[in-house]
Amino acid sequence: MSEAVVEVESPKTGEVELAAYEHPWVVRFCHWLNAVALLVMVASGFQIFRAFPSFGAKIPQKDLLHWPQAFALGGWLGGGLQWHLTFMWIYIATGVFYLGYQLFSRNYRQVLFMPRDISGVWPMMRYYFFFGPKPVVREVYNPLQKLAYTSVLGLGFLSVATGLAVWKPIQFSWLAWMMGGFHWARIWHFAVMWAILFFLLGHLVMVVLHGWNNFASMLTGWKKNPEYLER
Amino acid sequence: MDARIDSRKFKKVTRRELFKLAPVLAVGAFAIPKLQEPLLKTGLGFSDWASARLFRSGHLATTFADSQLTPFEKFPINGYDVEDPDVDLENWTLAVGGAVQKPGEYKLAQIQALPRMRQNTRHVCVEGWDVIGRFGGARLSDFLTLIGADTSARFITVECADDYYESLDMATALHPQTLLCYEMYNRPLTREHGAPVRLNIPTKIGYKQAKYLTSLKVANVLDRVGYWEDQGYSSFYGL
Repeated sequence: MSEAVVEVESPKTGEVELAAYEHPWVVRFCHWLNAVALLVMVASGFQIFRAFPSFGAKIPQKDLLHWPQAFALGGWLGGGLQWHLTFMWIYIATGVFYLGYQLFSRNYRQVLFMPRDISGVWPMMRYYFFFGPKPVVREVYNPLQKLAYTSVLGLGFLSVATGLAVWKPIQFSWLAWMMGGFHWARIWHFAVMWAILFFLLGHLVMVVLHGWNNFASMLTGWKKNPEYLER
Repeated sequence: MDARIDSRKFKKVTRRELFKLAPVLAVGAFAIPKLQEPLLKTGLGFSDWASARLFRSGHLATTFADSQLTPFEKFPINGYDVEDPDVDLENWTLAVGGAVQKPGEYKLAQIQALPRMRQNTRHVCVEGWDVIGRFGGARLSDFLTLIGADTSARFITVECADDYYESLDMATALHPQTLLCYEMYNRPLTREHGAPVRLNIPTKIGYKQAKYLTSLKVANVLDRVGYWEDQGYSSFYGL
C-alpha cells in the first residue's frame, strides 16, 4: 500500500473518521499543471485549426466545421501558435515528470491497468449504467478507473507523438511515416485531442458525482472516509 | 494499528499539503497582460532554439513520385501575396551584397548556368494545408559559392518585389534541397508563383519560401527577421 491511513478524531464529539493519503505531491502538482496546459493546448489548437479547418485539399477548400473564435486562444494564427509552441513544453514536462515519478516511486501500481483488472471492468460498467449491483471496492482506483486513467495516459503520449510529427515531419520523418505521412499526422493529432476531450467529459461528470471528499483529495492528497476502508 | 490524530491537527496537515500546490499558480503569470507577450516570446524562442538543434544538414526531405504531385492548377497561390508585383522580367537582376567576395547584380542566366536540380517535395503551409509540387532551380549553396559568400556567417536575407522580406539560417541555406527556384512543374515560374526566382526550401514552412526575389545578402546580424516573423510567427520554423 502506497497510501497511509490515519484515524481522525474530533475533540468535541469524539467521532472518529478514517482518512487515507492517496495522491503524493508530484501527482497532484502534475495533475493541475497538466490540466492548465491541456486546456491551453486545446484552445490554441483550435485557433490554429481555424486557419484551415479542413483535412482535405486547399483547392477547392471544404471546411470541416466552423469553430467559434470565443473558444479559441490566441486571437489569430500567429498568437495560437505562440501559445501552442510554449505550452507544449509545459505539457510534455508535466508528463515526463509524472511518469518518471510514478515509475521511480512504484506508485504506478495504484493506477496502471493490469490484466488482473480486466474481470472487474464489466461489473463496474453495469453498476455505473444502473443495471448491476455495486462491486466491492478494495483499492484507491476501481478497475474501470484504472482503465480510463491508463488509457488517457496513452492518449497523452499519442498527442505528443502526433504533435511532433506535425511540427517536425522531416526531422521526425519516421514518426510521420508511422502515422501515414504529414497529412495523416495532422488528422491523428486532431482525433487524439477529441479522444482526450471525451475522457475529460467523463472525468468531470464522475468528479461531480463523487462529491467533495473525492475532489479535495486531488488538492490535499488526503481523502476522508474512502469507501475501500469502510468498516 | 492506524495512527490517531485529532481533527485540528489533520486540518493543518491537509492545509500544508494544499499550499504545496502553490507553484502551479506560477502559470497564472501568463494571464497578466504585461507579462503575457514576453513569456510567449520566450516560449516561441525556446521552440525555435530546439528547432535549430533538431535540424540535421544531411537529412533530406522526403521526395515523391510524379504520380503523387498535386496538379499545378491546384497548387495554391497564397492569398496574402500580390499576384503580380510588376517585375520587369526582361531586365531582372538579383542584387547581391553583404559578406560576399563578389557583390553586384546577378542575371537569371548566371543562376540558370549552375547545375539544375529538380525535386518533388512537400510544401507545408503554416495554416495547415500541404501540397506536393515539382520545383526546379539552382542549389542556393552553389550560388553562395558563385558569389563567394562567407558561409561562416549566420544568415541569408532576401528582399522581394512586393513588400515581403525573409531571412534564413546558414545551415538551412546550405542544405542540398534548398533551391533558388526558377521552375515549377518543369516550366519557368509563373508570375503568381514568384517569377522569375523564388526560394524553395522543403525543410521549411511555406512563409519562409519567399517569391519575386530582388536582393540577397549574407549577414551576421538581422535588423528584421521576416514579414510574418516580425508580426509574431516562429523565426526558424523548420519542418
